[in-house]
Amino acid sequence: MIMNQFLILAAFLFCTGIYGVLARRNGVLVLMSVELMLNAVNLNLVAFSARLHAVSGPVFALFIITIAAAEVGVGLAIVLLIYRNLRSPDLDGVDQMRG
Amino acid sequence: MVAQNVAFWIVAVAMALAAIGVVRTRNVVHAALYLVVVLAGVAAQYILLGAEFVAWVQVLIYIGAVVILFLFGIMLTRAPMGGDSEFDNDQRFPAAVAAIFLLGVLVTLLVDAFGRQKIKLDTAVLVTGKTATVGDAIFRQYVVPFEVVSMLLLAALVGAVVIARRD
Repeated sequence: MIMNQFLILAAFLFCTGIYGVLARRNGVLVLMSVELMLNAVNLNLVAFSARLHAVSGPVFALFIITIAAAEVGVGLAIVLLIYRNLRSPDLDGVDQMRG
Repeated sequence: MVAQNVAFWIVAVAMALAAIGVVRTRNVVHAALYLVVVLAGVAAQYILLGAEFVAWVQVLIYIGAVVILFLFGIMLTRAPMGGDSEFDNDQRFPAAVAAIFLLGVLVTLLVDAFGRQKIKLDTAVLVTGKTATVGDAIFRQYVVPFEVVSMLLLAALVGAVVIARRD
């Protein structure tokens, strides 16, 4: 298999995630797009480790999966708090700091 | 090699379509279900790359736990379940331009840097991704980062409870 097919697939996933983070308004959907980007990075790590026979690739992919789980937990708690305070999970409402 | 390539392209096309579905659909629950397809596809790619342990962790943690957490989040924020509600803000066009520009830059760079380098699926690859090898590496070379990450997970869970608690 060609190395680039994995890397370009991961680049596509990452860019889809970028689009989602920029264009979505609902906080839960923004977090889902962040998950897409994290998965793209993991795919890159595993592809490089298969090319270089390095075990650090899968190990760091596991670390990133753990961090992603923690991030979703805290992120959803924050979205829940935004929903409770503003009666809507939309991130557009969070503009009290605007000058 | 041909069988792996055919499997790669089938899974990759499904993943790409589902990823577009995640960011384009107008139903939050459908977005979560599209996300399941993407995550399962990533697990299948890990299997193709010989990383069996990461693949099963992906299935257990992401599809088993994270997606359920997302569904809880959708229910708790009472997102409108029916279709035709607006989840996008008004910067859809600049976002698409930014994403496509970044994709172009990345693809150009990757083609330039890695050309036609191949991944040879021999026993060395299978040994790299084996559960025994990965477990050995985690508990030998990477035991300090492993402990740090477990403390971070604990702190994040406590923090999530503290943030979401009703006073």
